[in-house]
Amino acid sequence: MSTAHVLLGLLAGGPMHGYELKRSHDQRLPQAKPVAFGQVYATIGRLQRDGLVTTAGHDQEGGPERTSFEITEAGRKRLDDWLGETEPPAPYVTSTLFAKVAVAVLVSGADRARDYLVAQRAAHMERLRALTAVKTDPASSLGEVVAADYAILHLDADLRWVSNTLERVADLHREVHP
Amino acid sequence: MTILRARGVVKSYGRTAALRGVTIDVAEGEILAVTGPSGCGKSTLLHCLAGILRPDAGEVTYGGHRLDTWSERMRSRLRRTEFGVLFQFGQLVAELTAAENVALPLLLAGTGRREARTAAEGWLDRLGVADVADARPGEMSGGQQQRCAVARALVTEPRVLFADEPTGALDSRTSEALLGELVRLAREQRTTVLLVTHDVQVAAYADREVSLRDGVVDASGLGLTAAQGRHGR
Ligand SMILES: Nc1ncnc2c1ncn2[C@@H]1O[C@H](COP(=O)(O)OP(=O)(O)OP(=O)(O)O)[C@@H](O)[C@H]1O
Ligand SMILES: [Mg+2]
Repeated sequence: MSTAHVLLGLLAGGPMHGYELKRSHDQRLPQAKPVAFGQVYATIGRLQRDGLVTTAGHDQEGGPERTSFEITEAGRKRLDDWLGETEPPAPYVTSTLFAKVAVAVLVSGADRARDYLVAQRAAHMERLRALTAVKTDPASSLGEVVAADYAILHLDADLRWVSNTLERVADLHREVHP
Repeated sequence: MTILRARGVVKSYGRTAALRGVTIDVAEGEILAVTGPSGCGKSTLLHCLAGILRPDAGEVTYGGHRLDTWSERMRSRLRRTEFGVLFQFGQLVAELTAAENVALPLLLAGTGRREARTAAEGWLDRLGVADVADARPGEMSGGQQQRCAVARALVTEPRVLFADEPTGALDSRTSEALLGELVRLAREQRTTVLLVTHDVQVAAYADREVSLRDGVVDASGLGLTAAQGRHGR
């Protein structure tokens, strides 16, 4: 995911300090990993260099001096272009989940893969329950519900694949131990 | 506290063994998902627990009482007063309006006409389908019919709700709305819910999941125990 574009999107709503950007990022994208401060500053630095963001001012309310940033016209244009581009369907077969099972089948046989899948299914189901609770909580914001939905549907896809794989591994087991 | 319990329940249809010794405990107030592939015995288990089918062997107890040895008259009385059922197929009476369908279980239990009508309208409203109160099932969408069926299952404020694929034919937004409402109402009234589904997204609304596989509880939650067991014999 492009942190640069997300930060541009956040700045489209008005100037912010680095700290506010981080907080706003973590709030708006609650299921994504929290972004590190270092990454916010490094990214802003690059956006400034490319003329997409500029400093809007400095203030010093009792504490250390803080710089606030603002999106430029070129930044808005870049953001708009990004929002207009479709994404190539992601190659999910690069996921660690898939890789582990493939390797487990390869090196340790069906039993090892099955144990892993059983444990993984339980972990997925637990997460699915937690996300469903977020989705049904009337106090959740639209952003939280949308993020939960996205994660739920992807976990659902993983779970279907886990079930199918378990069936296949069971068939294999039956062939090996008739 | 355990409200419903099955011990070694066996049920066959002719030569088809649908349940081959199922043991489960359902705690009061819990929402339990019963999952598993098509034909594994979910509906049959639900019907045995609800006292609709009598097991060939094993025990079903409700609040400590042996349900499986009761007469049909006693069991159907229990179903009217303590249980709510939401079937997989054929929910509403086609000749009755939505409000009449929802009022029906109350009328059967001896509630007065006016009071039953008011309660029915209240439940239709809580499920967001007050506007179809006077429509017949044939004039409602599938989702509206499903909500009416939920209203009818909950109108007697049952202690246990048996729901068999309650969102089977609905799109995901509609089923999400219905499940959200169902779970909220159940929690509010401390209703125990048995939610039969083969959909993990639906199962995620429950507190706990029991998986069936070829008529037995699958201990791994995945079905391989049963496959191996069958194999080992
Ligand atoms: N009335 C019946 N007569 C004969 N066989 C039946 C009957 N009802 C169910 N069966 C058989 O019993 C087994 C279990 O059926 P059941 O309806 O309990 O499965 P299920 O898990 O609810 O499946 P689904 O997800 O498709 O609804 C199946 O093999 C089915 O063919
Ligand atoms: Mg069924």
